[in-house]
Amino acid sequence: MANASSNAAGEGGRMKALMGWIDDRFPLTQMWNEQWGKYYAPKNLNTWYYFGSLSLFVLVIQIVTGIFLTMNYKPSAAEAFGSVEYIMRDVEWGWLVRYLHSTGASAFFLVVYLHMFRAMLYGSYRKPRELLWIFGMVIYLVLMGEAFFGYLLPWGNMSYWGAQVIVSLFGTLPVIGSGLVEWIRGDFYISDITLNRFFALHVIALPLVLVFLVVAHLLALHEVGSNNPDGIEVKKNKGPDGHPVDSIPSHPYYSVKDLMGLAFFLVLFLGVVFFAPALGGLFLEAPNFEPANPMQTPAHIAPVWYFTPFYAMLRAVPAFFGTQVWGVLVMGGAIVLLFFLPWLDRAPVKSIRYRGPIYKVALAVFVVVFVMLGYCGLKPAVEPFKTMSVLGTIYYFAFFLLMPWYTRIDSYKAEPQRVTYHAH
Amino acid sequence: MLTKKIVLLAVLVAPGAAYAASTAHLDHADVDISNTASLQRGARNYVSYCLGCHSAKYVRWNRVAADLGIDEKDLEQHLLPAGAKAFDTMQSAMPAAQATAWFGVAPPDLSLIARSRGVDYLYTFLRTFYADPARPTGVNNLVLPNTAMPHVLAPVQGVKVARIELVTRDGKTEEHIAGLAEGTPGELSEAEYDEFVRDTVNFLDYMGEPIKAKRQSMGVWVVLFLLVFWFMTYLLKKEYWKDIR
Repeated sequence: MANASSNAAGEGGRMKALMGWIDDRFPLTQMWNEQWGKYYAPKNLNTWYYFGSLSLFVLVIQIVTGIFLTMNYKPSAAEAFGSVEYIMRDVEWGWLVRYLHSTGASAFFLVVYLHMFRAMLYGSYRKPRELLWIFGMVIYLVLMGEAFFGYLLPWGNMSYWGAQVIVSLFGTLPVIGSGLVEWIRGDFYISDITLNRFFALHVIALPLVLVFLVVAHLLALHEVGSNNPDGIEVKKNKGPDGHPVDSIPSHPYYSVKDLMGLAFFLVLFLGVVFFAPALGGLFLEAPNFEPANPMQTPAHIAPVWYFTPFYAMLRAVPAFFGTQVWGVLVMGGAIVLLFFLPWLDRAPVKSIRYRGPIYKVALAVFVVVFVMLGYCGLKPAVEPFKTMSVLGTIYYFAFFLLMPWYTRIDSYKAEPQRVTYHAH
Repeated sequence: MLTKKIVLLAVLVAPGAAYAASTAHLDHADVDISNTASLQRGARNYVSYCLGCHSAKYVRWNRVAADLGIDEKDLEQHLLPAGAKAFDTMQSAMPAAQATAWFGVAPPDLSLIARSRGVDYLYTFLRTFYADPARPTGVNNLVLPNTAMPHVLAPVQGVKVARIELVTRDGKTEEHIAGLAEGTPGELSEAEYDEFVRDTVNFLDYMGEPIKAKRQSMGVWVVLFLLVFWFMTYLLKKEYWKDIR
């Protein structure tokens, strides 16, 4: 509505009339202003803040390329593998669409992991952003499901055996286990039926949920306002215009800044797509270029890199009392713990800038351990990776479970009244 | 119960098998998909020695011809099997059921073999057959021990023999293959045969992803454009943000 009253005449007059017509019937201008145009964000957001908009961009890539892949992909055990090769060889630009989608899957996890790490650096999950964090965690969880279901679709041998291993994990649950596994697969083994339902979940059910959750995540963000690298609430210092003095409207400032981040991301992303789409077996695993073969296990089954930290934790826990359920519980627990992060952290400040040495060291080691677990998960379960996985798992849990204690005894610096910003 | 056992096997035991599968050292294939002459020789080798048993069912003849600079006439005269059309995919003459009966396993389709096994594996595999009377085919292989594949290239390479060494470890003496030595000579010298295999593997690499060479040359322009685009967005951002103090 604010736009309608200013600069009325001239070239844009007809456009303005159209907008007025729409705004009388649908709050288009209001939505734009609330969600972006006049959404005031702290001016000191740094490089870590690109990964939110990049996640959204990768989601769009995945949806658009996914639609085009669906036009030529055949979700049947007999035809799936061949149809992917048909896309790679016979469909015009099919290879590009497929590589964008397969690289996009890895890129999605990369930017989401960095986005989550940003939240840990600057305490973005703390009050009043707990629900924002939880929406984000649910997005991450759904994303894992989306990636898992999608990974079966090429019907390569690693697709097949990866699905076999992961689905079978549910079989370790007592009493309901074996029935549950059959229910998930819809069959006594991973079959055409399983492929069909995974296809349905991958192309419609989970993407729909993802989009709703992303909308909820953004609504929650724009309701409470963005955190910033200083972890202070800019809303405490408002100017005469009612906006926080340390904030600037997202448009045009963050529009142009995020565009710059996107351009840089595209250099790296399309660099991988055009020069190393398999990324040495990390993004596309070599055994997956053989069709699914229920009679032949790949020499070494490993999930794609974004699952390997949790896979390492799964393997780190030995079976006892005659069941492997403990490893599954540990793996699940590792994710559940993240949901409770807003309440585990008892620090009086949010940002790492004003935290004491204990948290700084703990977080740095956590990053090293998480990467190390990811590396172990790619490797066979032999020494030294076994021991490294056990130690890594213990540290991962200690980092979260001891957080209420060590964040309380840590020393802290005083937060500034205004955000730190150096014009450049 | 079976499922649980599979999980146990897959999660705990199978990963260790990665080391057991092949302990042979792989030689560097050093192939170059931009070398069209090499690819053409590789295609000739493939049609002469491999296609009898190994299909490449995702690869079209006319695509090969177009990508490798072979004109349609040459394609029809020298490469196309009788009855095949240029737009057909590369099918093997051998029926799969009989192949299984003869070799115990159907010869795999080779469209994607370079992507699933890697070029170094193929380059080393095709060069490390050796005489082994204990095998039904009379030969064995260093990279894929007890392979069902006969040494199809024996007339070209000849047949090597294994150099057996006795190794004593923990008080037990075992036979160990230290390497391969000249046996029956073939048509080509060792260096010529290496080139022969390199061309063939190069063609296998091409078949794994026919777009690869074009993808890479296109990528240079894509990345260059994006660097310019990024620089422009940088200037745009700078212009807007100079007001922010």
